[in-house]
Amino acid sequence: MEHHTATSPTADDSAGDTDVFITGLWRQNPVFVQVLGMCPTLAVTNSALNGLAMGLATTFVLLMSNTLVSLLRKAIPRQVRIASYILIIATFVTAVDYIIQALSLELHKALGAFVSLIVVNCIILGRAEAFASRNSVRRSLLDALGMGLGFVFALLCLGSVREILGSGTLVGIAVLPDGFEKWVVMLLPAGGFFTLGLWLMVFKRIKREPPRATETQP
Amino acid sequence: MTPADIEIPITTRAWPLYRALVGLGLICALIIVSAYQLTAPVIERSKTAMLEQAIFTLLPTALSKHAYRLTAQNRFEPATDKRNSARLIYAGYDAAHRLVGFAVPARGMGYQDSIELLYAYGPEQQAIIGLQVLSSRETPGLGARIASDPAFLHNFARLDVTLTPGLHLAHPIEAVPAGKKLAAWQIDSLSGATVSSRAVAAILRQSSEFWLPLLTTRQEDFTRGAPHRDLADG
Amino acid sequence: MNETSLWSVFVNASLVNNFVLAYFLGICPFLGVSGKLATASRMGGAVTFVMIIASVCAYGIHALLLLIDAPYLQLIAYVVVIAATVQIVEMFIKKTSPTLFRALGIFLPLITTNCAILAVALFQTNRAYDFMQSIVFALGAGLGFTLALMLMAGLREKLELASVPSLVQGTIVTLISAGVLSLAFMGFAGLGA
Repeated sequence: MEHHTATSPTADDSAGDTDVFITGLWRQNPVFVQVLGMCPTLAVTNSALNGLAMGLATTFVLLMSNTLVSLLRKAIPRQVRIASYILIIATFVTAVDYIIQALSLELHKALGAFVSLIVVNCIILGRAEAFASRNSVRRSLLDALGMGLGFVFALLCLGSVREILGSGTLVGIAVLPDGFEKWVVMLLPAGGFFTLGLWLMVFKRIKREPPRATETQP
Repeated sequence: MTPADIEIPITTRAWPLYRALVGLGLICALIIVSAYQLTAPVIERSKTAMLEQAIFTLLPTALSKHAYRLTAQNRFEPATDKRNSARLIYAGYDAAHRLVGFAVPARGMGYQDSIELLYAYGPEQQAIIGLQVLSSRETPGLGARIASDPAFLHNFARLDVTLTPGLHLAHPIEAVPAGKKLAAWQIDSLSGATVSSRAVAAILRQSSEFWLPLLTTRQEDFTRGAPHRDLADG
Repeated sequence: MNETSLWSVFVNASLVNNFVLAYFLGICPFLGVSGKLATASRMGGAVTFVMIIASVCAYGIHALLLLIDAPYLQLIAYVVVIAATVQIVEMFIKKTSPTLFRALGIFLPLITTNCAILAVALFQTNRAYDFMQSIVFALGAGLGFTLALMLMAGLREKLELASVPSLVQGTIVTLISAGVLSLAFMGFAGLGA
């Protein structure tokens, strides 16, 4: 799992708390800069609300797992750390799955099996290994919050563009005039790829420095 | 401030590894079980409420319902364990405890993921008399309209499923292009959602071919001692 | 109860709802390994193999959990068993083909966290497939994944020779091409219904 550490430079120990937070949110945005963890989430971003729900669920798991990993960082021997992290993540994903079901069956049905797939989101394991396993609980929480909100932000970006162009609505409210010919393709999987490609392009332009070595990232 | 490079303990003995994993397992078990215990009643309640609402919407004349399970001997018996949804159907009764119709769950593959339906069968009308989509992950704005489009759902207000004397569907249910419905067993597809419409037709066709002969031949299972409302809920 | 025919399950998993192009599953290796045709086909083979094993395991676990009435253990059991399976496959490949092991590099351990593998297990449970349907589903998903990976590798080998604007080089042009591929795969919709 060394590649996570190698390719996702984190705020090192000298960085302040704000830095830890901003790194995840913007500088190393998990989706737009690191191009990580899209697999289980892109499929549900065909509306802004689904994207938001998925992002929040992921953030919750990220917060909880980072906290527990950080708390137990001195108790977990090195040899079994990956197994332990996966166990911890799977536990919280199971919990979040039940919580979503209890909150709204509708939402749970809209997200389907993709909630369970949060467990294999590379970001969560990556943060556990690269950050939480060697930082205090407070900093790990900040890191999780930054990364999680960065993730929510990215999914919202994807979801709203696809919803606006694909169904002419945003969070279910009509935003485009009736005469607008809907771009149905945006709601389909192909639209997901196009939208992600376009957002990556926008970010590359804004940051004016090409994302490093995205080629080798999982 | 904690330094970034805390020594992660390295050990060569097996005992600390077991201890760590078992301890972690216990913590995780505690979290999962408490999450399940806390949410299970809420989930159970909302699921039951949702199903109940769907059944009474589909069978508006019904005042009570009762769940039946098909046994291995092809008989229907009142279902006791309702969490196991296999081979379960619901019978609706009016105020006089007369059978007014059945609500049958069915599922199958839609465009991207499986679709779960609940349809009402009226034995007197020999027709499907209503349809509700319980869950689907069809594309929003396109296939997802199978659950909401009034014109599409009107197809199922009375969809002919007459059985031949040999207990087969006289006319298998089929989806036809939008606006081309000519016969009572055809379904007008949604334009732009042909695959989803055809999927609904296929699910109904398969399910009705399986259930209707059984429901017709085993009528007495449902009429004999139709349960009282207070017993019948759930 | 799920009466879908085996052929329909297979066509659905491999073409109509290709894991990569319709569900965005397994994008990570898709972007990483799809550079060379040879590596892509090997990776596809490994994934297909692991998928089938994962599918068999998941079927057994699901039956067992139903028996002891512990649905809340499903996810953990799937993850742990699949991770263990991948470890064994990894050791096996390391022993038998060091060349293949080197070619796949860091991606082999990553199959553990490959969403596509876990998704096979979860989808077959969600759709209530029986044993044969599950195996065919896993096979279809694996072959579909391999197909998408190889198509992409072919495209990218050609793209290397094309002059691509620097702004979209790398991941972005790969994603846009994947979008076009996904559009092309939509032509399969309704097949095998």
